[in-house]
Amino acid sequence: MLIKKAPDIRQSEITDEAIYVNRRQFLAAAGITTAGLLGASPAMAALVQEPDASGRVLENMTESVFSTSQKPNSWQDITSYNNFYEYGIEKTDPSKNVGDFVSTPWKVKVSGSCEKPGDYHLEDILAPHALEERIYRLRCVEAWSMVIPWTGIPLANILKRFEPTADARYVRFKTIYDPVQMPGQRRRILNWPYVEGLSIAEAMNPLALMAVGLYGRELPNQNGAPIRLVVPWKYGFKSIKSIVSIEFVKRQPRTSWAISAPSEYGFYANVNPQVDHPRWSQARERAIGAGLFTPKKETLMFNGYGEHVAHLYDSLDLRRHF
Amino acid sequence: MTIGSRTFVRLVKLVLWPLCLAPFVVLLLAAFQLYGFELGANPIEEILHTLGKWGLKFLLITLAITPLRRWTGQNWLISFRRMFGLFAFFYILLHFLTYFILDQSLEIAAVIEDIVERPYITLGMTALTLMLPLAVTSTRGMMRRLGRRWKKLHKLVYAIAILGVWHFYWQVKLDTLEPTLYAAMLTGLLGARIWFAKTKSRRTHRNTAGETV
Repeated sequence: MLIKKAPDIRQSEITDEAIYVNRRQFLAAAGITTAGLLGASPAMAALVQEPDASGRVLENMTESVFSTSQKPNSWQDITSYNNFYEYGIEKTDPSKNVGDFVSTPWKVKVSGSCEKPGDYHLEDILAPHALEERIYRLRCVEAWSMVIPWTGIPLANILKRFEPTADARYVRFKTIYDPVQMPGQRRRILNWPYVEGLSIAEAMNPLALMAVGLYGRELPNQNGAPIRLVVPWKYGFKSIKSIVSIEFVKRQPRTSWAISAPSEYGFYANVNPQVDHPRWSQARERAIGAGLFTPKKETLMFNGYGEHVAHLYDSLDLRRHF
Repeated sequence: MTIGSRTFVRLVKLVLWPLCLAPFVVLLLAAFQLYGFELGANPIEEILHTLGKWGLKFLLITLAITPLRRWTGQNWLISFRRMFGLFAFFYILLHFLTYFILDQSLEIAAVIEDIVERPYITLGMTALTLMLPLAVTSTRGMMRRLGRRWKKLHKLVYAIAILGVWHFYWQVKLDTLEPTLYAAMLTGLLGARIWFAKTKSRRTHRNTAGETV
């Protein structure tokens, strides 16, 4: 087991992280206020819009300091090229097969080492929080990438409300298991339900986001409606979709891809151009939406988010803990 | 016009040619988004995979000709073998060119690194390299010139097909269903040859023993 090598997180460090989050939020809020003095509709002005977008518009979004200035991929690309094996293994399967999926009402079971476990209605989880738009790079383990304008809430803000205890060293997430609505689950190509996990320090990192929207609208089913994780410094498969369970655990969870192919997919799965997949190179990536003759681009360590997350792995050999 | 006559074969070829070219034409239309055809969000991957799979399909069709001919006794079927084999080569060559030009942007160093370090690419490149002499010697003139050696040389197609399916199998991320189907068909086609060889040698053996068959 890898437990020994995991970055030890003490209660005190979690508090530090909290101050850090608040500082960022304070800065973001201050920026918005300044903009507000300069002109009308301050926050919405810079939020990205897309004519093709559909679905219910989410209200009261603010910008985030964590957003990249890179141009987001089109709504069409983001909603038609998906790895979501619950709906089938082809990239186009999810958008074709999600038709029947009903994501309301939605409950999330919170359990494990925390003071406030329970079955929560999604609305109750979301209600106290302001929504942010975060334009993140997404790097798939298959060596392609997109830029995606998510709408969501920092994961730390949500998790803290459940008051994790000192035993909560990891967080385990589960996707809904519903083979009737999700035809891909009728074949056991992965260990259903899909399980993903983060160390508590990773989960409390201000970059980790619980997304509920895309382009300022409710998340389409094929992108993980109604609520999904987004951890942009890790390969896409870590960003688990359609979450129904959040569990605070002491031991490192066994995650779906690591169970299926342990030599190819690890628990950490940080984007790392120096550590190749056993069968293909991770040094470069195909930017979706670029032209037919555009060369691949260099992949960045931690997908370019090193300044925010590199410290989490100071004591970890990333070649071993891929 | 009788089945198997020269005119018949020519006519069938006239129908088969556009059918064999259709996947390529569809890709071209999709590249220019004509008649509702599209390549999707990752066009290079779509082109690459489509060409590769058609290459393998034509290899399997080519390998199906001989067993079909034996079982049905329709010897004229052999007239189409070269055409299918050359279409396999056509799609596999385009598959490679897509990889080299579009996917790797003509970066020879990166391609060499891939060939050396990625086993599935090593397999694919070996298969393509082995196809080159077969394509070059596919003409009537070369057949005549090589005589017996032509048949020996063209047995390479078995190795090529095995390498090609293996290349496909090693490339998929998790779900091996599709390459497994190709592998099953190839096993059937190669198995048929072993079966034919066995029954043939048994027959020869019996004949030499003076028995009537």
